Amino acid sequence: MSISDLMAARAQMALSLGFHIIFAEIGIAMPLLMVLAEWRWRRTGDAIYLQLARRWATGTAILFAVGAVSGTVLSFELGLLWPSFMRLAGPVIGIPFALEGFAFFAEAIFLGVYLYGWERVSPRAHMSAGLIVAVSGAASALFVVIVNAWMNTPAGVTVDAGRFISIDPLAAMRNPSTVQQVVHMLLAAYASTGLAVAGLHAAVLLRNNTLFHRRAMMVALTIGIPAALLQPISGDTSARAVARWQPVKLAAMESLLDTQRGAPLHLVGIEIPRALSLLAFRDPDAEVRGLSAFPRDVWPPIAPVHVAFQLMVILGTLMALVCAWAAVTTLRRREIADHRSLLAALALLTPAGFIATEAGWVVTEVGRQPWIIGGIMRTGDAVTPMPGLAVPMIVFTLIYLGLAAVVVISIASLVRETT
Amino acid sequence: MIGLPEIIAGVIAVALNAYVLTGGADFGGGVWDLFASGVRRERQRELIADSIAPIWEANHVWLIVVVVALFTGFPSAFSMLGTVLHIPLTIMLIGIVLRGSAFVFRSYGPYGRKHWGRAFAIASVITPLLFGTIIGSIATGAVADAAEKIGGAATFSEVFVRPWAAAFPAAVGFFAVALFAFLAATYLTVDAQDEELCEDFRIRGLAAAGAVFVCAAAALVLAHAAAPRMAIGVVGALLIQAATASAAIAAIAALWLRHYRVARLAAAAQVSLILWGWMVAQYPYLIPPTLTIRDAAAPAVTLRLLVLGLAVGAVILAPSLRYLMQTFKARRPG
Repeated sequence: MSISDLMAARAQMALSLGFHIIFAEIGIAMPLLMVLAEWRWRRTGDAIYLQLARRWATGTAILFAVGAVSGTVLSFELGLLWPSFMRLAGPVIGIPFALEGFAFFAEAIFLGVYLYGWERVSPRAHMSAGLIVAVSGAASALFVVIVNAWMNTPAGVTVDAGRFISIDPLAAMRNPSTVQQVVHMLLAAYASTGLAVAGLHAAVLLRNNTLFHRRAMMVALTIGIPAALLQPISGDTSARAVARWQPVKLAAMESLLDTQRGAPLHLVGIEIPRALSLLAFRDPDAEVRGLSAFPRDVWPPIAPVHVAFQLMVILGTLMALVCAWAAVTTLRRREIADHRSLLAALALLTPAGFIATEAGWVVTEVGRQPWIIGGIMRTGDAVTPMPGLAVPMIVFTLIYLGLAAVVVISIASLVRETT
Repeated sequence: MIGLPEIIAGVIAVALNAYVLTGGADFGGGVWDLFASGVRRERQRELIADSIAPIWEANHVWLIVVVVALFTGFPSAFSMLGTVLHIPLTIMLIGIVLRGSAFVFRSYGPYGRKHWGRAFAIASVITPLLFGTIIGSIATGAVADAAEKIGGAATFSEVFVRPWAAAFPAAVGFFAVALFAFLAATYLTVDAQDEELCEDFRIRGLAAAGAVFVCAAAALVLAHAAAPRMAIGVVGALLIQAATASAAIAAIAALWLRHYRVARLAAAAQVSLILWGWMVAQYPYLIPPTLTIRDAAAPAVTLRLLVLGLAVGAVILAPSLRYLMQTFKARRPG
């Protein structure tokens, strides 16, 4: 096993997950948007909402298919790249994966009914199909994130000499990170997708203020605003859980070298005294352990984790602020669509949620290194003995780049088609 | 003795069978897209696209069920397959990615419909080719043999290439392509709305039946040299072979006589029997000649939960799938 093969395997996995996570988020939130639009149409009879629901359904079809195939790649890559991890962890985390399989099944079945069943099933059945897609998408995320939470803070296993001598898959699912990570991921999906869709339509509204794009933006914001406003609270709870259960990760996130009481928080070069102690432990004088309190061979790469954490927090804060602005505007009975600076802010934030998601994913994944299962199995011990892993890494990189380009072109033309 | 491991293995076998009959036929549809010809070329392609569009994603999930149940219930088998068959599995994955994405880009994308159609068709051939190759290499026992050589003095090629890059696995690969194409053609004769298209796919089905026969004969000849571990009882083997042969004859006869619904049923039975023939032949081995179902099984607590999870899943799934099929398959008037 060479170091370069390990790096190639990690790069391929990171790329696959980083690619899939965007489509997974869209697959969770987009069905909700299309059902909301259809519901508005059936309630009001306004044909614009029908047009919107159909347009979003087409977008969902493209993005869901890419999400489905990239998710398939991941399920195989677990064995192709990390066979030793799967041999050890398969019996522990297989149950949530199996449940995820069924959630995915329900998604695929009812998306088929939704996309191709406009004229074939009753209005009620059609709306229900869309709703089932939305709920199963959220359930898929729940099960997959449970697995990731277990990798961060494993529970339900008794370890002896690198083997599990007893396992309890249900206890593994209830590990200390599950609740915080699942809530944070779901809110991220709704906030990122809601604001991305709203941002795309806001950008069109700046040039061409039509009723179609006004309605589209408002429906997207009904999902995006609440999620973006709740996300900082969820982020705060997550940070406290990380402080308690993954102290090394927290130290890397803050790039805190020495253990200190009343530790400050650094954000874009600004130091806020005692804020880290306060945020992490609800006590301005609490002791926060620095990296030097841990052996060097369990430190994650500090710079990427620290930078990614900052990026996530900044983007999340910006999203929450702009959403608060939009919420206040609406509460004062003013049209967001007539407010050019707000439209510009929303348009600017189009990719913000997805970038923040990628950054958060880097925090949780790179921040767990060198472990694939926190404190139990090292990533280097999990990788396949197959040499030459740079080859599949490059091949999949090219495939993902190509797919990303085609998806962007397709969605762009879809947005432009209706003006 | 039938215990939890055998039950899980049985569920995986059923899911694999479902995948072959549904997802396999979707790939077969792609094969006919590639070989679309004559004056009705574009109408053939439209029929194929219309038939698979609402259902291919649901059909694809059977493969996910197989993979997930395998790594949960038999983690060491999954690990061994992922390691030794890294290269063919990766190529199959690329096929899966290209097939699915090319299909939606062709349906909904703004540009390059023709090129996406071509990519969809080619990926639809590559994927089953590798699928069959992988099954063929497992059956020969080469995968388990190669796994034992890892970390020793064996060369890269001995461990990661030769187990699958051989005549018998390749023959099984082509056999899979021919079978899926045969399945798809019989399904399409039922889906076709008019006589001309129906006749097109009848002829294609008969041609595919010929290809199936040639590939089966080739695989059979090569099997004597390559897969000595297929140690099934003589009576059992004869029974399965007789049943498979009857189904094949029934399918071809029904296709010839234009009893399309009968042909579809018989073709599905034939393909299922071939699959079960392979699985029964290597029982109790998951990966012959070393890894049995019992050896590879996860701890009992996991297996119990997995059975429970699969049962709950099936309760939700069965009516949903029936609903999907009813919504989209009852298109032909009469």
